[in-house]
Amino acid sequence: MNPRKLPKTLCLATLVFAATTNHALEILIPDGWDSPTKVAVAPFGGALLPDDPDPTGGVDLAGIIAFDLTRSGQFSLLPSDNMLSYPTAPDQVYFRDWRILDMDYLVIGRAWAEASGAVSVVYHLFDVTSEREIASSRITASPDKLRDVAHRISDEVYEHITGIRGAFSTKLMYVLVENAASNSPTYHLKIADADGARARTVFRSREPLLSPSWARDAGRIAYVSFETGRSTIVVHDLATGERSHVAAFPGINGAPEFSPDGTKLAMSLSRDGNSEIYTLDLATRELRRITRRPTAIDTEPSWTADGGSLIFTSDRSGKPQIYRIDLATLLEERLTFEGDYNARARLLPNGRHLVYVHRRDGVYHIAWQDLERDSVRVLTQTALDESPSLSPNGVMMIYATQDLGRGILAVVSIDSGFSYLLPEAAGDVREPAWSPFIDALGSGR
Amino acid sequence: MIRQLLGGLSALVVVGVLVGGCQSTPDEVAEDPVVDAPIVKPPPNPPADVEPAPPFDEQGRVLDPVRRTPIDTVFYFEYDQARLSRADIGTLAVHAQILREYRDYSVQVEGHCDERGSREYNLALGERRSMAVRRYLVSAGVRSTQIETVSYGEERPVDPGHDESAWAKNRRAEMTYRR
Repeated sequence: MNPRKLPKTLCLATLVFAATTNHALEILIPDGWDSPTKVAVAPFGGALLPDDPDPTGGVDLAGIIAFDLTRSGQFSLLPSDNMLSYPTAPDQVYFRDWRILDMDYLVIGRAWAEASGAVSVVYHLFDVTSEREIASSRITASPDKLRDVAHRISDEVYEHITGIRGAFSTKLMYVLVENAASNSPTYHLKIADADGARARTVFRSREPLLSPSWARDAGRIAYVSFETGRSTIVVHDLATGERSHVAAFPGINGAPEFSPDGTKLAMSLSRDGNSEIYTLDLATRELRRITRRPTAIDTEPSWTADGGSLIFTSDRSGKPQIYRIDLATLLEERLTFEGDYNARARLLPNGRHLVYVHRRDGVYHIAWQDLERDSVRVLTQTALDESPSLSPNGVMMIYATQDLGRGILAVVSIDSGFSYLLPEAAGDVREPAWSPFIDALGSGR
Repeated sequence: MIRQLLGGLSALVVVGVLVGGCQSTPDEVAEDPVVDAPIVKPPPNPPADVEPAPPFDEQGRVLDPVRRTPIDTVFYFEYDQARLSRADIGTLAVHAQILREYRDYSVQVEGHCDERGSREYNLALGERRSMAVRRYLVSAGVRSTQIETVSYGEERPVDPGHDESAWAKNRRAEMTYRR
């Protein structure tokens, strides 16, 4: 375990999951964490006859689901070695086996190959206390989408138990730097599943990459690239690979953020002599200047959910603080007053809560603020924290921090403080951006 | 001819020293870290028949025109500040003199930050540092077309460490001469 963590923090490495996903997960459980809901996910049944090939091709569906639920911080998962029985169909469930183990919920399932070559997976969710099945569904997909099927089941189980839409089918985008401390680093813009699996590089450069941002449809991304030697904002179509340089003005071209309807980018440009906020209409290429503060840094815009306002960082008061500007009236309002460094804010989906980089006692943390009650609390226990990004259901936040001198990503639950470090095999990781909801299986919702 | 050239250049150095000596005190706290334009006498034009020697040594380092010793091309800043120190302004005065003399040369000024705080804010802060250098050079008679500024924010540290000594080295503006 990492000896540098706060002494009151328990560290648990979930070795069961390490074996099934090749991802050892370091989980930090905060003081006073409520005892979570107890869930068992029994190993899914595979082939119907012993000689049939495994229809999942070795994908451990139950392991992926259990790993998803563990990372939410709201559930305690029963290791499969401790189970008394391994039901794969409802008629094999003996609730007594799960009550003895003090389980609240049980998930079982099985997979089989269809004649078409597709794979069908059926799962059942049981309430152990009331001995009732509370959800069941069958999902059919091509064999290469079995991880998506598992994440979909996690989303459904999570929503049935908590009433909140699950965000396990989402993606994480981040920048991985190889040979970061050398004279020739390589910057990879990567996209991975929310559990860190299936990471792939979507763009690679010898020059810095930063500020990746998702469009709401998750089909396009925007980021800042120094590939020309200067900062340039690139819009990148993930399906076609087509890249367009949408802002390459003199000075800084930075901090792109898609509007909720995907038609505009908010950004920070210094083309008029000083860093100011602009919006760019992606169809007409019409540029609109939003802020006019010739002596202040105005940067890091992000949109309110209705697209009617931007929140941004400005040092117009002498130190960076968070402001909001109404795009119709251009009326501005300062939102943060605690501390002398507050930057790079993101609103939660509820529009009422804000997370941002906050310096306290010389240490950079991520803070959370209730805009209605003006209460502020520090969410993270690490230092040099930056780039907070929220899961689309607003339950979790990912951010960049340092561990033993290396850039890593950490995820923290907004409500409970439960957190974990996202493992990355090699290099320096930074600039995480959590995707919107994604429907990888094409069933729509 | 070389003696003639050196004579002309020492006159320029006198101007440079004067420039360095007439700055406002560093204690002044201005909201915007603008360096006030010093009063600069126009430099004497070099004799028409003189072909100036390039102000670089074999390693490409820029040289003080009189002493022929390398002069600083990196200027350091305080945390979250973009104000030039009095010593840096003295050095920049010599750069300004060289750039006025060699109009076919230009400089790229890169602004950099330490790793603390958010990356985009640091991109803007790095630009503010490069602009502080640019404003001084322009005020000292360098043509704005001779100066290109670029900010790399915290993306290109010279010291990859995570302590105050590394951060102090990384909060900087770097000048590179080009022809």
